[in-house]
Amino acid sequence: MGERIIELRDITKSYGQVYALGGVNLSVDRGEVVGLIGDNGAGKSTLIKILSGVVKPTSGEILVRGKPVTGWSAARSRDAGIETVFQDRALAVQQTIVRNIFMGRELTGFLGWLKVGKEIEEASRLMREIGFTSKVFTPQSIVGQLSGGERQGVAIARAIYKQAELIILDEPTTALSLTETAKVFHFVRQVRASGRSILFIGHNIHHVFDIADRFVVLDRGKVALTADRSEVKAADDLINFMEDIAHPDGLPGLHGADGAEQRA
Amino acid sequence: MSKTMEPDLQAPLGRASGQAAKEWRHPSDHWLRGFVLDNRAALGSLAVFVVMMAIFMIANPTVFTTWYLYSSVLTTLPVALFVVVPLVFVVTCDEIDLSFPATMGFASWVFALVVQAGYDPFLGIAAALLTGTLLGFLVGSLVVYGGLSSLIATLGMNFLLRGLIQIINEGKSTALTSLANSRAYAIFSSQIWGVPVQIFWAIAFVVFSALLYNRHRFGAQVKVVGDNPDSARQMGIDVKRVRVKVFVFVGIGAAIAGTFSVMINFTWWPTAGDGYLLPVLASVFVGGTPTWGGIGTVVGGAIGAVTVSFIQTGVVAAGLSGFYVQFFNGLIIILSLLGHKWNQARYR
Repeated sequence: MGERIIELRDITKSYGQVYALGGVNLSVDRGEVVGLIGDNGAGKSTLIKILSGVVKPTSGEILVRGKPVTGWSAARSRDAGIETVFQDRALAVQQTIVRNIFMGRELTGFLGWLKVGKEIEEASRLMREIGFTSKVFTPQSIVGQLSGGERQGVAIARAIYKQAELIILDEPTTALSLTETAKVFHFVRQVRASGRSILFIGHNIHHVFDIADRFVVLDRGKVALTADRSEVKAADDLINFMEDIAHPDGLPGLHGADGAEQRA
Repeated sequence: MSKTMEPDLQAPLGRASGQAAKEWRHPSDHWLRGFVLDNRAALGSLAVFVVMMAIFMIANPTVFTTWYLYSSVLTTLPVALFVVVPLVFVVTCDEIDLSFPATMGFASWVFALVVQAGYDPFLGIAAALLTGTLLGFLVGSLVVYGGLSSLIATLGMNFLLRGLIQIINEGKSTALTSLANSRAYAIFSSQIWGVPVQIFWAIAFVVFSALLYNRHRFGAQVKVVGDNPDSARQMGIDVKRVRVKVFVFVGIGAAIAGTFSVMINFTWWPTAGDGYLLPVLASVFVGGTPTWGGIGTVVGGAIGAVTVSFIQTGVVAAGLSGFYVQFFNGLIIILSLLGHKWNQARYR
């Protein structure tokens, strides 16, 4: 494996008396697609928010390219080459596509004046790159006019601008049509081929299984399993494992592929 | 607004995704249509103004074709413009600032004190600007870092600061007759060709602010923060800092407005700025900036200020008694809001 892009060491996060994360170790190497799975309430969202700098951990260490970081924040995370496509997409829907792509990273010249022409040019390029072939809208269209898949496209375009080293995709296929899901998968493979890394969070274990090189199963704030692709034969193995940790006493009849549908 | 005018964008193709149900095309297929749609709020405000003026002119053609009427509006309008424009930023940021009248009074008081002490008015202007900046920062920090409702907190600050002015001055005004001979007066509030000079400064301020709103990082971040503060935070924008900045901008605008009002009247009153609260707020919304944050229009706000200024002058000049002013004020506000509601869609 290549260079270690980011490493979390013994991260905990508590909200009052409630522990969302109780000592998580997680790392992502260059060119790797890591699939993060876990039940509702397992701590996936909290972990994503810590990686993207939106939430500060209660304790633990974050290392970027082997170096411990201090003053971790959303801006620092982005500067470190980590881009996140949030589950809610984090778009400002009354603004144009351009303004969303360059949110928090406006292209400015002298004294903070926007380079409007350059931004539009770059936005069109990005939209073409991610397969935004629809001729109906321009970079100046309002995001609120776009469909769910198209909005996801804007969020992804924002993440790939600046050649991020690690892209975190939080439930990117939720509420997407089959063609749109296929587009997201195509995009993940493209990113891996270009030598960059992806952390893919998904509810649909079959989706994650299809795409990840390594799986991390989160359960009640702890890493329950880390497995390479070669160690897992089928998606059902992962589903069975998750069933087992969810119901340690063993509930016959819940095993098998149907289990995934029940929790989906 | 610049548009990419690539020819392939003009082809009226259906949606690639096959969802034909929601049919729309981006307005950039024709520059005029694009311009109208991009500036629909400001143009709507302009339409309200034109219709209102037409009615006034029909009601009393002789008065409304004399220059005196316009000259009198142009004397006082600039003061309002200097606060309406920053308020558009505040409302876009999904906040409100009701403390600007007291900031106007406070900053212009500092200006009056400096001039009265015999210093150059330019020094007084600098001191007033500094005061406005500091008060804006104080109000903004209180709201943002104190986590208070801007509606209530700024209302409280308005009373507090005004009370402070009144306590210290005991209601006494300050006459500044020496201003009439100063260079600052000649530059900022004399007349050129019968036109009050301050209107040119106000127009420059509106143009600068419109650029700040549409072509500067500050405006871009104000809109994003007002639109979706969580997303802005997730994208690394310092949301609190942006919010404090809009209050500082209002403080600066209020300081300029207050100073201009003193230079126009050669007198500072402890109530300076008080009468501006409601007309200025009305101007922002009459101008087409919606209450929900995320979008707005600086030029529209300026047109709103012109409209509101002319209601007062116009109603009286049209031969109606002063009792009608409030009625027409209300009528214009309500009709404008209905018009903008119909004109603008809110995207979620």
